[in-house]
Amino acid sequence: MFDIFSYSFMQYALIVGVLVSLCAALLGVLLVLRRYSMIGDGLSHVGFGALSVAYALSMAPMALAVPVVVVSAFILLGMSESKKIKGDSAIAVLSSSALAIGVVANSIAGGSASDLGGYLFGSILTLKKSDVILSAVLSLVVILLFVLFKNRIFAVTFDMPFAKSAGVHVKVYNMLLALLIALTVVVGMQIVGTMLISSLIIFPALSAMQIADSFKGVIILSAVISIFSFVVGLLVSLTLPAGAMIVLCNLAVLLVCTVIGKIIKR
Amino acid sequence: MDIITCKNITVYNERTKALDGVSFSVQKGEFLTIVGENGAGKSTLARIILGINPPDEGDVLIDERLRGKIGYLPQQSSAQRDFPASVYEVVLSGNIGSVGFIPFYSRAAKARARSNMELLGISAISQKSYRALSGGQQQRVLLARALCAADEVLLLDEPTAGLDPLVTKELYTTVRHLCDEHGMTVIMVSHDIPAAMKYSDRILHLATSVKFMGTPKEYEKTPLGMSFGTEGADV
Repeated sequence: MFDIFSYSFMQYALIVGVLVSLCAALLGVLLVLRRYSMIGDGLSHVGFGALSVAYALSMAPMALAVPVVVVSAFILLGMSESKKIKGDSAIAVLSSSALAIGVVANSIAGGSASDLGGYLFGSILTLKKSDVILSAVLSLVVILLFVLFKNRIFAVTFDMPFAKSAGVHVKVYNMLLALLIALTVVVGMQIVGTMLISSLIIFPALSAMQIADSFKGVIILSAVISIFSFVVGLLVSLTLPAGAMIVLCNLAVLLVCTVIGKIIKR
Repeated sequence: MDIITCKNITVYNERTKALDGVSFSVQKGEFLTIVGENGAGKSTLARIILGINPPDEGDVLIDERLRGKIGYLPQQSSAQRDFPASVYEVVLSGNIGSVGFIPFYSRAAKARARSNMELLGISAISQKSYRALSGGQQQRVLLARALCAADEVLLLDEPTAGLDPLVTKELYTTVRHLCDEHGMTVIMVSHDIPAAMKYSDRILHLATSVKFMGTPKEYEKTPLGMSFGTEGADV
């Protein structure tokens, strides 16, 4: 079974997948705990819109998608704090508008771009070396920040007003979070596709929260679950679509964790 | 001795004023309760004292050594109530203002967290999950966290909201004790006027501007406080 990893495309898939799953799981905990679960989903639609436009204009896809998604992430995380437009409606507005723009751009461009299909449903087996480098750098940054700022991250996630009162620069932290999430979404889109990337962010965190009782526990368990689900999903996919199998694996783990959580808390 | 002085604080809220020319001082070691209806500007004033939001007009004069060292107990959000964190993690995070860029809490910070848990009687549940606690226990945990951040001043924003009368009474007694025995200065935001009259040293009645400032005895004699005799306090 492990012979398949002798192919370089499988090695790339495994490396990028594990690294991105790890980033998504860590950042996902922060999003889920702050009730921002849908931001990942909204951003993936924005990513789809940006990619479609890039194809229509024959631009380099990443060159357009990365800045657009990063800016959207800043807007969404910022909006969730202002009271005028509720965060959830802001996400709905942004994500459906981006989808609409993407569909129109795709149709103008001829509508048969097969690469676009890859972005919709993932193309984990066609990753390039540059994807490996990008995901490695991204995950290194995420892990380093988590280790260095774990106390601050906890304080801000648990209670923003308190952290502000103690002099923590909450705005800087929020911008950083938005940036990292945007990058994770853009890189992750290639693995499971824009339709499913939000599951990489939300599922492991949710599963971990069913069982672990401490913040540290949730972070560690979420990372483990995410990597486990990715590897198992990739291995059992065979001829089935890998991205969808990874999501189904995550779903199975969530169900198991929910049951275990119910039993140990009784 | 005045340790915090608010001078003519005014905050505009769209077209209306949320706070209008609010001036008062907080004395060292006192228990001051800010009372008022919902929307009277109590929480807005609290955030200005803490320096989270700046006022549109006016000044907060505060001793430089107290800046960022006021122990804040904010109103709980629903996301917080079922947050997966251990009691110890939450209390320890009260030291966040003093860690700087060191990634770990110092031994002193950990000792401080432990002694504050001891003080509030939550040492036995330090490894329990915050979300599994009752409302009253959660407030004790948040109070212990606030003490980690505070050297002298605590600011509590509606700490008894949603608590039953018995637990509310316990919390007030605890806060009074912190004031009397540990020299804490306490500013509490509350809409529970009877309890404020029973437990606090002074009362500030806020309705966008200051309607009353003085002792419970004086408050009792004003039309505002008339309806709330200390005798009738049910907690």
